[in-house]
Amino acid sequence: MKEHIIVRIVAKFFTPFIQLFAFYVIAHGDLGPGGGFQGGVILGASIILYVIAFGMDEGRKRISQKVSDILVSTGALVYAGIGILCILAGGAYLEYAELPLGSHHLASHLGMYGIEIGVGITVAFVMITIFFETAKKERTDS
Amino acid sequence: MIDILLLLIIVACAIFALFMKDLLSATIILGVYSFIMATIFTRLNAVDVAFTEASVGAGITSVLMIAALSRTKRYEHYYTKEQRKKPSALFSKIMSLVLVIVTGAVLVYGTLDMPEFGDPEAPTNQHVSPRYIEETHHDTGINNMVTAVLASYRGYDTLGETTVIFTAGTAVILLLRRKKKV
Repeated sequence: MKEHIIVRIVAKFFTPFIQLFAFYVIAHGDLGPGGGFQGGVILGASIILYVIAFGMDEGRKRISQKVSDILVSTGALVYAGIGILCILAGGAYLEYAELPLGSHHLASHLGMYGIEIGVGITVAFVMITIFFETAKKERTDS
Repeated sequence: MIDILLLLIIVACAIFALFMKDLLSATIILGVYSFIMATIFTRLNAVDVAFTEASVGAGITSVLMIAALSRTKRYEHYYTKEQRKKPSALFSKIMSLVLVIVTGAVLVYGTLDMPEFGDPEAPTNQHVSPRYIEETHHDTGINNMVTAVLASYRGYDTLGETTVIFTAGTAVILLLRRKKKV
């Protein structure tokens, strides 16, 4: 769709707003509907929109294969790592209240916040990876 | 009233998606189906589920289906009249019809025993729900019960879910990534 200027302009205009909304959804999972999974999907969708409008090569320039591969596993590691931190802080696995972050309520709140971010990173970059690998590369006349 | 209208639209979408020969149109119709489903979930006050349905069902699934279509064909295979009249084709048609009817009948039979929708005497509304509604803020310090259940009470399940998604990504990389020519 590289040749359609309307698609390109609209995609360019909307991508940052969609990403902002994705971060909002991830950050407000504890207050309203949403959370890591939904926010991650929206974040992935924003980048997929960009790739659809500008083509695979332009998208890979923004997010290289190496970075997205690393981030796919980073999210799961963040989740599991917070669980390990809870053990080191003296609680059970994923017992956020034991984290040394002030009161028990605050600690469990922040622990959940952390795992939501982990879920979001993994979901977003798995979606991007699946799209990049599944979609057929358009033929370039060269 | 509006619920019945939405459910009718869903049934119509499902039937149209089945009869579409153009698979791209069928994918778009399934996206519409997911959006209406999200509206129904909102009507049932399940906003978290509605959110997930709208973003995953209508958004990502359609995109991935279209990506898959770009690797295969856009139109369904066309069978001639003689091919459709063959005994083997008729047999598979009748067998699948029987299978669908039996499965549907079993599912309907399963719903007969369920308590009425929103019944306060139902077992789920007797034990688990009051406990979550009353204790969530005290236990976890956050107000959204759905997030508390997902992240805290059922933290292991969500960890497993994240691992499943991670595994899916790894499998796609292993199976589909084109290696650079050496």
